[in-house]
Amino acid sequence: MRLKRTLASLLAATALSVAAPASAETTLRLLTWGSYAPENVVKLFEEKYPDIKVEVTFSNNEEMIAKLRATGGAGFDLAQPSHDRIYAAQLEYNIYKPLDMSKIDTSNMEATLLDGVKANTTIEGGVYAVPHQWGTSGLMADKTKAPEINGWDDLCDPAYKGRTSMRLKRTILLGTAFAMGEDPFAAYADLDKYQQILDQVAEKLITCKDNIKAYWKGGDDLSAMMLSGEIVASETWDSTAYRLFSENSNIVFVPPETGALAWIDTFALPRKGEADDAAYKWINFVLQPEIVKLMSASTGAIASIKGAKDLLPADKKAAVNAAFSDEDIANLKFFANIPPGVEDMEGKTLERIKAATGG
Amino acid sequence: MNKDIRRLTLILLFTPFALWIVLLIVIPHIGMFILSMREKVAPRVFEYGFGNYIEFANEPIYWNTLLRTGSMSLLVTAIALIIGFPVAYYIAKIAGNRTKGALFLICLIPLWVSDLIRAFGWILLLRETGVVSSSLQWLGLVDGPIEFLYNDVTVIMGLVYTVILFMIVPLVSTLDGMDNAMIEAGYNLGGNGFTVLRRIIVPYAMPGIVAGCIVVFMLTAGSYLTPILLGGKNSSWFTEQIYNQFITRYNWESGAAFGFLLLAFTSLVVWLGLKLSGQTLSSTVARS
Repeated sequence: MRLKRTLASLLAATALSVAAPASAETTLRLLTWGSYAPENVVKLFEEKYPDIKVEVTFSNNEEMIAKLRATGGAGFDLAQPSHDRIYAAQLEYNIYKPLDMSKIDTSNMEATLLDGVKANTTIEGGVYAVPHQWGTSGLMADKTKAPEINGWDDLCDPAYKGRTSMRLKRTILLGTAFAMGEDPFAAYADLDKYQQILDQVAEKLITCKDNIKAYWKGGDDLSAMMLSGEIVASETWDSTAYRLFSENSNIVFVPPETGALAWIDTFALPRKGEADDAAYKWINFVLQPEIVKLMSASTGAIASIKGAKDLLPADKKAAVNAAFSDEDIANLKFFANIPPGVEDMEGKTLERIKAATGG
Repeated sequence: MNKDIRRLTLILLFTPFALWIVLLIVIPHIGMFILSMREKVAPRVFEYGFGNYIEFANEPIYWNTLLRTGSMSLLVTAIALIIGFPVAYYIAKIAGNRTKGALFLICLIPLWVSDLIRAFGWILLLRETGVVSSSLQWLGLVDGPIEFLYNDVTVIMGLVYTVILFMIVPLVSTLDGMDNAMIEAGYNLGGNGFTVLRRIIVPYAMPGIVAGCIVVFMLTAGSYLTPILLGGKNSSWFTEQIYNQFITRYNWESGAAFGFLLLAFTSLVVWLGLKLSGQTLSSTVARS
């Protein structure tokens, strides 16, 4: 008797799951950053397009490319890598497909960002990405305890020995290179020159190891170290700094004097994506001003549409204004396209720094 | 007829195991091996050869990390054995039948919580503004906050905590099968506690010891989360190198080669351990 009932319910469940796709529903499989698809936005989108279901996978630049590379660009319908991670990844692994620009409403986009991303991601006449949100990497400091932090190399200032942190990733390599008066992005064209710069950067960061408390690995451990006062200054993403600003207004984002490094997260279509129309709908949907408001509240990043700064929630706006002057904005250094091979060189440098017993 | 049924039963019982081995272990490893033999010469152009392995041999950072991982894993194994043996002996020989179950359960409980949560637990306890540091200050034992995190001692402690259960379980099951009369006989023949331990208990428990050591060593050398989260700015772990090769450097070819090197290295250490202790796989892992 019991078995019969179990069987019946099993059958019913199977019938249901078979019946579900019959309603011609498309699924939009989104591969994006944590907080880039807040629940309220997904809900509004599904209300507007009841035949589209959104499935979200949170990831980061490196993992997005690794995932798409593993399948040759299948498994997701829309990805959001940063603008510098499109060109080389496409050349090496062929994981994206060109966008149909006629399906994207670009009228409201900030022209400089749109043109910048287009210039960075055009391959053989096809445009592979459009901008979504942008933000910067720079420094953050507790004003009361480390008032003099204003350059990347200040993290190595012995005055703050054992009280600073950084993430051992490419951002700090580039920042340190700028602080030494080099222009790493210009050196991308000449990889031998770039290797020389990297060697100098490695030397500098190895001697600096003694000054660092620990390398942070994610926004959470960085926040914990900063809020507890275990460190007084660190390399950071601006959005993390803004979040901490709302909890302790002494903690501010500091654009380094050589310019904060700016990234633009984009929209790109994976090569074997199966729901392009839904993807275009999502792109146009989330760039509407009223949705941008919700999105920016969740991400802390600024959308790439006109007047986006005014769409930030009040506390984030205060944090941005406390951090950036117009001069700082003009001084932004946008990440340049990573040519093939550079990731490997940078990775090796990072390993050298990690393995060195300087501190 | 009867014979056919028996053969069918055997095939049916064997199929899931064979599928498991072939689909999840043999085929992926063949794929990884082919990947590890590829060398990238230009975007989307590859050549076959031993380049990735040669690169490993030429770069001291890589093999130093591998040796470091190996030696620290051996240390973790030794500590786990030293702590685990008395615990296992108590559970198997001294505790009463009822307490035995309860004690075993207490050992199992940490395993119900994921690795990640356990690592974060250690972080909360040991960080500079954490529980241990602030209690020591409150007790007046130290003047300022102390940082316990981010060094090799913490990594080893965290790893021992994570893996010690896999040492205790085989030891308990081996010691459980030992007749108490053997220990009594040892004492009756005039042996002291140390002699009994050395001449009777340890030789009897050897299969359990070797099995536990193998499992613990393999788990430690292949662990990722604990060394990454608790380790400091100088503590590289070989699994981290593999992750970096695959994810940060987009260099799957060399990552696959590193994976094989780790497998070969740990197998070599286990083989050496078996040779030195005069045991074989069939006399230890299969028995305990």
